[in-house]
Amino acid sequence: MLDLIVLLIFMIAAGIVAVEIKDLLASVIALGAVGFAVAIGFIMLAAPDLAIVQIVIEVLSVVFFVAVILKTTHVDSAAGRPYKPADIFTFVVFGVFALAFVYFGIRLFAGLAPMSRELGQVASHYLTQGLAETGAVNRVTSVVLDYRALDTLGETTVLFTAVIGVLAVLRLEGRRK
Amino acid sequence: MIILVASLILFLVGLYAIITKRNMIKIAVGFSLMEYSVNFLFAIVGFRPGAVPPILQAVEVGKVYSDPLPQALVLTAIVIGLGVTAFMLSLILRIYNRIGSFDLEEIQRLKG
Amino acid sequence: MTPIVKVVVRLVGGFIFLYGCYIVLYGHLSPGGGFAGGAIIAAGLILSRLAFGTTAKQEKSASISSSIFESTGGLLFLLVGLLGLFVGGYFFINLFPSFGTQGRLVSAGSIPFSNIAIGIKVAAAILSIFLVLASTKYIFKE
Repeated sequence: MLDLIVLLIFMIAAGIVAVEIKDLLASVIALGAVGFAVAIGFIMLAAPDLAIVQIVIEVLSVVFFVAVILKTTHVDSAAGRPYKPADIFTFVVFGVFALAFVYFGIRLFAGLAPMSRELGQVASHYLTQGLAETGAVNRVTSVVLDYRALDTLGETTVLFTAVIGVLAVLRLEGRRK
Repeated sequence: MIILVASLILFLVGLYAIITKRNMIKIAVGFSLMEYSVNFLFAIVGFRPGAVPPILQAVEVGKVYSDPLPQALVLTAIVIGLGVTAFMLSLILRIYNRIGSFDLEEIQRLKG
Repeated sequence: MTPIVKVVVRLVGGFIFLYGCYIVLYGHLSPGGGFAGGAIIAAGLILSRLAFGTTAKQEKSASISSSIFESTGGLLFLLVGLLGLFVGGYFFINLFPSFGTQGRLVSAGSIPFSNIAIGIKVAAAILSIFLVLASTKYIFKE
C-alpha cells in the first residue's frame, strides 16, 4: 500500500509540474513522467495487460505532442500574464468545487465495498468458468473479446471515428492550398 | 481509501488546467491527466490486497486474483484516449494555422 | 538522423515488429492482445520512419495503404462477429471454444482471429494519425 501512495504522490507532483511549468516541451515531458508512473502502478495493481498498453501508448502520445510543438512554438505566451478579477472568481469557484468533489468522493468511497478478499459474483464467474466457456487462459482477453465483444466493437468504432476526424481536420487545409 | 482520494486529487489537477489555463496545449495536457487518473481509479477498484494477475489455467484455493472486468474496460479506454488526444491536437494545430497562437484570449480578441 | 541511430534502428526494428506480432498472436495466453500488439507494431513503424525520414511520395502511398489496412481490420473484426451470428446464432459468439488444447496457441476458438483483426486495425490507425500529424506538408512556422 505504501509504495502505491509514494507513486501517487510522484504522479500528483509531476502533474502539477506539467500544468504549471512555462515551457510547453517541458510540460509534455512531465506528462510523459505521469504516464510512465501510471504504467508502473498498473504492474503494482496486478494488471500487466494494462501496463503493456499504457507504456506503448504513453510513448506514442508524447511523440504526437512533441510533433505538434516542434511544428509550432514551445513558448507559452499566456504564462506570466497578470490576473484579472474574473480570473480570481474562477479560482474561487474551482476551489469550492474541488472541496465539494473531494468531500463527496470520500463519502462515495466509504459507501463502496472495502478492498475485501472476495470478488463480486460476475468476476468470480469469469475467473472460474472463463477457461471452460471461452478457452482463453488470459481472463482479460476472454472478457474483452468474448463476454463483452460488442463493447470492443463499439470502441474500435470510436477509434475509427477519431482517425477519420484527424484526417478530415488536417486534410482540408492541404486541399485548399 | 487514501489511494482513491489521491487519484481524485490527480483528476482535480487536470481539471484545474482545463478551467484556468489559457494555453491550448496545457488544456490538452490537463485532459490527458484526467484520463490517466480515471484509468488508475478503475484499476484500483479491481485490485485486492496481495492479488495476482487473472491469467491462470485453474483457480487455486487460497490465491487472490484481481478483478478482470475493470481491467478489460480500461484496456480499450487507453487506446481510445490516444485517439481523442490526437484529435484534440489536430484541432489545436488547425487553430494555430489560422490564428498563429496557442493563446485562447488572443483568439477571442482576434475573432471579436 | 545520425548514422548511430540509423544502425541501431536497422538492428532493432525487425525485432520490435516481431515482438508486436508475438503479443498479438499470444493475446489469449499471456498479457497483451490486439490493442497492445497493434500499438507496438505501430511504434516500430513510426520509429523507422523517424530514423530514416521519408519523401512526399512515400508518405502518400503509406497513408493510402494504412487507410486500406485500417478498414480491412475493422471489417475482419465485424466478420468474426457476423460469423458468430450466422453460424452460432448470437452476435460475437465464440465458435468452437474447446477446439485444440487449452493453454496452447491453437485454442480459444475465434478469440485469436479477433485479436489479429484488432491488431491490424490499431496499428494502422495509430500509423495514419502519425502520418498526418507529422507529415512534412503541414509545417507552420512564423
